[in-house]
Amino acid sequence: MSTVTAPKSRKAEKAPKPPDSDRSRAENSLARKLVAPALALMLLVTAFPMLRALYLSLFEYSLTAPDDRKFVGLSNYGTALSDALFWRDTGNTVMIMIVTVAVELVIGFAFAMVMHKVIFARGIIRTSILIPYGVITVVSGFAWQFAFSNTNGFVNSWLPFTPEDFNWFGQYWSSIVAIMASEIWKTTPFMSLLLLAGLAQVSNDMLEAAQVDGASWWQRLFKVILPNMRAAIMVAVLFRALDAYRIFDNIFVMTAGANGTESISFLTYRQVIEQFQLGIGSALSVLLFLSVLVVAFVIVKLFRVNLADARQEG
Amino acid sequence: MNNDLKSRIGTAIGVAAILAWCLLPVAWIISLSFKSQEAVTNGSPGFFPSNGGGAGWSNYSDVLQDPQFRRAIFNSIGISLIATLLSVILATLAAYAIARLEFVGKRFVLTTALVIAMFPVVSLVGPLFDMWRTFGIYDTWPGLIIPYMSFTLPLAIWTLSAFFREIPWEMEQAAQVDGATSWQAFRKVIVPLAAPGVFTAAILTFFFAWNDFVFGISLTSTENARPIPAALSFFVGADPFNRPASLLAAGAVVATVPIVVLVLFFQRKIVAGLTAGAVKG
Repeated sequence: MSTVTAPKSRKAEKAPKPPDSDRSRAENSLARKLVAPALALMLLVTAFPMLRALYLSLFEYSLTAPDDRKFVGLSNYGTALSDALFWRDTGNTVMIMIVTVAVELVIGFAFAMVMHKVIFARGIIRTSILIPYGVITVVSGFAWQFAFSNTNGFVNSWLPFTPEDFNWFGQYWSSIVAIMASEIWKTTPFMSLLLLAGLAQVSNDMLEAAQVDGASWWQRLFKVILPNMRAAIMVAVLFRALDAYRIFDNIFVMTAGANGTESISFLTYRQVIEQFQLGIGSALSVLLFLSVLVVAFVIVKLFRVNLADARQEG
Repeated sequence: MNNDLKSRIGTAIGVAAILAWCLLPVAWIISLSFKSQEAVTNGSPGFFPSNGGGAGWSNYSDVLQDPQFRRAIFNSIGISLIATLLSVILATLAAYAIARLEFVGKRFVLTTALVIAMFPVVSLVGPLFDMWRTFGIYDTWPGLIIPYMSFTLPLAIWTLSAFFREIPWEMEQAAQVDGATSWQAFRKVIVPLAAPGVFTAAILTFFFAWNDFVFGISLTSTENARPIPAALSFFVGADPFNRPASLLAAGAVVATVPIVVLVLFFQRKIVAGLTAGAVKG
């Protein structure tokens, strides 16, 4: 059985180079002036520091002894990449990313379906769904840390399978579960709003046609709805995955990296800000940046997302 | 008929689940903020304050009288508002060019914005820490305003250019044909049409600045510029497992109130902004 997909609205091929008229030249120069400040600021705080990190990563450089800075070539990268800590933290980060995004996708889709259907109380639901999005991540971290706490929380007494005094932050797995709970709680609403916008674009005619043809609910879901909102799903997954990969706030607040729950962002932060090791810290920064690129690349290739298409920019 | 009833029951359950999901943790932190500090120290498990373990408003008055907390709220409001204002001005200029003008390099601007939106912020903390100390803006308001601006610009530019694309710009000329001066045409026709988009971008920018934690802890060292999320996390010493939970909860509630108020008032606009241009495949 083939999937039913809406005809793709191909964007018109790029118009041939506009004639080099006075008007187009004036438009070009005005546009550059309008765009320049924003572009300059964006690059000042990202590209420039990133290049600086690239440079600093070649030195042994500690802020506690700034005068002892010396060139060491790529050995900082060697140190980082051969350290088990680096790989453990990368493993943590990847796992958190995959689990949270998968869970968010399922729950977020369910929420989007409900919001799509619901007629009464629309305003209330849309307002409530924004509350987790608006809550500061640090606050969400606190709320969940205290909720899981065995001295002041309620999770132990609500869950049937945990003893009253179970210490969630006593070992690795339960700590990670608590961290992921906070992460998932806060970001699922965002996911569901993106998916809701995608759902709204699935044509009702097609759904009705499928229903008339006798397709069951599951068939309609997998053969009509999901294929037609592919772009929305992919954008949501890409954005959330890259966001999850930089997880920092929740870990900082909830465990401070105890029990091996550190993420790669947290490791980088610790090297730079707490230990003032700018050399190795910069190497970690560069590696973090590269790993985000790899993640983005894998997702884009794996799902063949065309971001320009999806964002309707051109 | 039967099917209809089933689907309505399903939807009702779904609505209940969404409301529980969104509101339960918020209710929990509010409930926690009313537990007394003694009760929390001795351990008072459970969702609601135990009998005699309630604190009334005392946690709130303690928090609001704490000079560090007040300073942090002041910092957060000031920094977030300034960053929002500046970011929205720059984004409006850029978005106008992107939506209305044809120019070489448009793709480059959009790609840059996309890359920056996904940037792992922690990787900038080291070099920025070093640079800001050299420039002398470490631990100052501008030291936070500048990164907040650059990281909110992508979102603001997308939101605004999506909005601007929908504006029927011919109306400006139509108004001029009808005898309006170009200033009148701009002010009476274009501004009212563009205002909702600008406003949405402003709210989303404010959310980001208010929520930021990484820059907040890394680029500040004193209460001079420390924003509220960082201040909350430093509220009590080093032991992350023994915090004055109820006091922190009260602080968290106070820090969350401005955002919730914004959400309540501008719900429709925020939803439009968050999804604008994101999924029009």
